[in-house]
Amino acid sequence: MSSRILNWFKFSSPASFYPLAGTIGRVSTLIAVALLAVGLYMSFFVAPTDYKQGEGYRIIFIHVPAAWMSMFIYVVMAFWAAMGLVFRTRLSFMMARALAPTGALMTFIALWTGAFWGKPMWGTWWVWDARLTSELILFFLYVGYIALQGAIPDVRRGDRAGAILLLVGVVNIPIIYFSVKWWNTLHQGASVSIREGSSMSAIMLETMLIMTFAFWAYAIAVAMARVRLIILERERETRWVAELPEVKL
Amino acid sequence: MKARHKRFAFLLVGLSVLGVAAWLVFQALGNNLSYFFSPTEVVEGKAPEGHVFRLGGLVQPGSFRREDKGQAVVARFVVTDNHQSVEVRYSGILPDLFQEGQGVIAQGRMGPDGVFMADEVLAKHDENYMPPEVAAALEEGHRKGVANMATGGGQ
Repeated sequence: MSSRILNWFKFSSPASFYPLAGTIGRVSTLIAVALLAVGLYMSFFVAPTDYKQGEGYRIIFIHVPAAWMSMFIYVVMAFWAAMGLVFRTRLSFMMARALAPTGALMTFIALWTGAFWGKPMWGTWWVWDARLTSELILFFLYVGYIALQGAIPDVRRGDRAGAILLLVGVVNIPIIYFSVKWWNTLHQGASVSIREGSSMSAIMLETMLIMTFAFWAYAIAVAMARVRLIILERERETRWVAELPEVKL
Repeated sequence: MKARHKRFAFLLVGLSVLGVAAWLVFQALGNNLSYFFSPTEVVEGKAPEGHVFRLGGLVQPGSFRREDKGQAVVARFVVTDNHQSVEVRYSGILPDLFQEGQGVIAQGRMGPDGVFMADEVLAKHDENYMPPEVAAALEEGHRKGVANMATGGGQ
């Protein structure tokens, strides 16, 4: 039992995760660039015009992946927060911290592109319906987490406070996701769902999925780059950091 | 019980309590979080009387007309949920997606004559995305289906 746990936790040590993060980051960067190139080309030139919205609908190829990522990254951060609180692994908190700016960025992109789409299609930039409001709350959760964590000088206490905020905020995620089902909203229902399949034409759906994977790869790449910096910063007193070739110089 | 099991149990209990609290809050709020009322709810008197509220539904095909009243062009149409319907009067700019059969949300209040006086009309898009050819084919298929039912189905 104890040997299995030791194995499991091998990469929970910052020293052994640091080089792995570098490799994952490089691979993800390549995947992200390739998928973005393909995805953007398909978004603009391959995907057909929508029967009702014309060309304006193409913003969904950014909007929907960003909105999905905004929720998914939050869940991943909450997972790391729970791991950190239960197992007291330093790296878990670092992972949560490294993902936060990307999650906030994705939320912002989702809100911003949504407003651009809303003006011509709905006739308004913003309404306070359940979907839009809960997504805005998600943005505040990200920003609040970053601020709270940064405001506490003691790293351990900051991590723990941030983790609790993350876990409390998790209730917001199902609210965002199901808001269009539970209440009447101006925002339309889900076009793609696990249970009901998709109500988009196949080529549009494929384009959107490619963009989604591109966003995934991007998020992984920047999170890995960021977690490496956080590791260096927090472990700067240790010998293994002092002996790194890139630090020695 | 190891320390980390204890912490895990504590976390689980905390999250469950939070979940139950959130559920209770939403039970209490109920329909108040809805962005609009349907025509059925309005006809049943569930919408606030004498207050501003939002009415949502489909623009009934064939109901849209414009009245030229001096400077202002007044749009009149019927919003329906295929069960009940409410007549709407609105003077202002209609969004691009506004058309008959399309979802709309109108904000305003009920007039004394039972006509909903809107100050703002938004188009509500549905979750369907497809190229025009597919939409045309669907439309064609639907028409044929309806025709078959009309001719073949005697009962």
